[in-house]
Amino acid sequence: MKLSYYPGCSLEGTALDYDQSVRAVCRKLEIDLVEIPDWNCCGASSAHMTDHETGMRLPIRNLLLASQAGHDILVPCAACFQRLKAADKALRADPGFWDVGEYTADFDILHISSFLARPEILAAMEAKVARNLDGLPIACYYGCLSLRNPRITDAANWERPETLERIMTALGAKPVAWSHRTECCSGSLTMARPDIAEKLVGDIVGAAVRGGATAMVTDCPMCQANVESRQSAEPHAPAMPVFFVTELLDAAMTGSYPAKQQKVHLVSPGVLSNIFLDAGMKKEGSV
Amino acid sequence: MDKTCISPDDRNEKFLRKLKARNIDVQACYQCGRCSSGCPIGDFFDLNVMEVVRLAGYGQEEKLLHSHTIWLCAACETCATRCPNEIEIAGLMDVLRELALRRGIAPAEPRIPLFHQSFLGSIRSLGRVWEIGMIANYKIKSGDLTGDMKLGLSMFLKGKLNLLPHSIKGKSEIKEFFSGKGKEYDR
Repeated sequence: MKLSYYPGCSLEGTALDYDQSVRAVCRKLEIDLVEIPDWNCCGASSAHMTDHETGMRLPIRNLLLASQAGHDILVPCAACFQRLKAADKALRADPGFWDVGEYTADFDILHISSFLARPEILAAMEAKVARNLDGLPIACYYGCLSLRNPRITDAANWERPETLERIMTALGAKPVAWSHRTECCSGSLTMARPDIAEKLVGDIVGAAVRGGATAMVTDCPMCQANVESRQSAEPHAPAMPVFFVTELLDAAMTGSYPAKQQKVHLVSPGVLSNIFLDAGMKKEGSV
Repeated sequence: MDKTCISPDDRNEKFLRKLKARNIDVQACYQCGRCSSGCPIGDFFDLNVMEVVRLAGYGQEEKLLHSHTIWLCAACETCATRCPNEIEIAGLMDVLRELALRRGIAPAEPRIPLFHQSFLGSIRSLGRVWEIGMIANYKIKSGDLTGDMKLGLSMFLKGKLNLLPHSIKGKSEIKEFFSGKGKEYDR
């Protein structure tokens, strides 16, 4: 299978490891990713929030570049996904308004977890699990932009999505029932109003703890960075590592969780590395 | 909310026409309050979401453009998703922010538009966001030099910040977008 790939700016910086794990997982699943040549930033929240015209023209350029290859576009970042979807809707409605002569794209824009949760991909992943996640109680966290609003995203379930839960179950983790799966972490405000981000992240982490989770998993690079970095600095506050969905997939499919990957977390990923440590020790003991 | 009288005489028709052009049907609001009750940032707002929608319906642009709410809204789209009349409330917030900037109204939350400017500045010059450059630019513009120093340092040490900017080939197209392509036609 061949897909166009739109990594987005976060995946070149703070979420570089997300990019690496997306590519690694797709390689294992024999999905050929073709990066959109010379892609530009989608404008994220900052563009559409302050300048509608620029906020549309930035993602439109990417769609026009992608339409030359014609494959479906895989997007790991929730914000990029939502902006590309918004641009796609606007172009289909009125290409002339955006100075585009004709827009007959028949490709789909795919957010990563909806794509990976397709039954055939899920089955392929399950067959390749080398080390399952040992019932790790995990809170699946979606945040906003891969789901909302559904008139833009075409999400099938926007209040009670289950793609991450399905993937986690396939890996042998145990998704917990909890309240804040689709709550906003205020990523777009985190630099300018860290106080608000701390409140929202505190509520989200608190809800995950109440649900019985010892870790969170997400498919949004802003959520991952924001929820790990804005957790309470109080010494006895629970520390909740936030994993990328492909990070867990890669670990389960290779059967290892390398030290290099453990180090990129701002919150200790011990709950995950212990699973792989146990696996290693059992293996040694059985020889 | 204050108790000042709102008269149809000071309704801004141009503003209402703008909302109509963007398919933001604020007149469809029947004040059910689902938008306000689900808003994750609502505790920090001066005008709650249903007040924003009603004031917009009355064409009360001035009150809205001076509010904290328009800047504190995180564009999470919870309001627009849950609105039973499918009013594009997050889109309304976009229009309000853009109008406030175009009219040069001093923002009630000055740091937030400065952040957006730094973010967009990076796209304008490189075609992509280069996080370190964008953050440095924001810190200088906002004067918030010490905030998040520890966090920045630990992200840097963990190799999460890319030291070298990547610039795209199609920069001239990007520059055109930022110099107002499309806006020649008053939109």
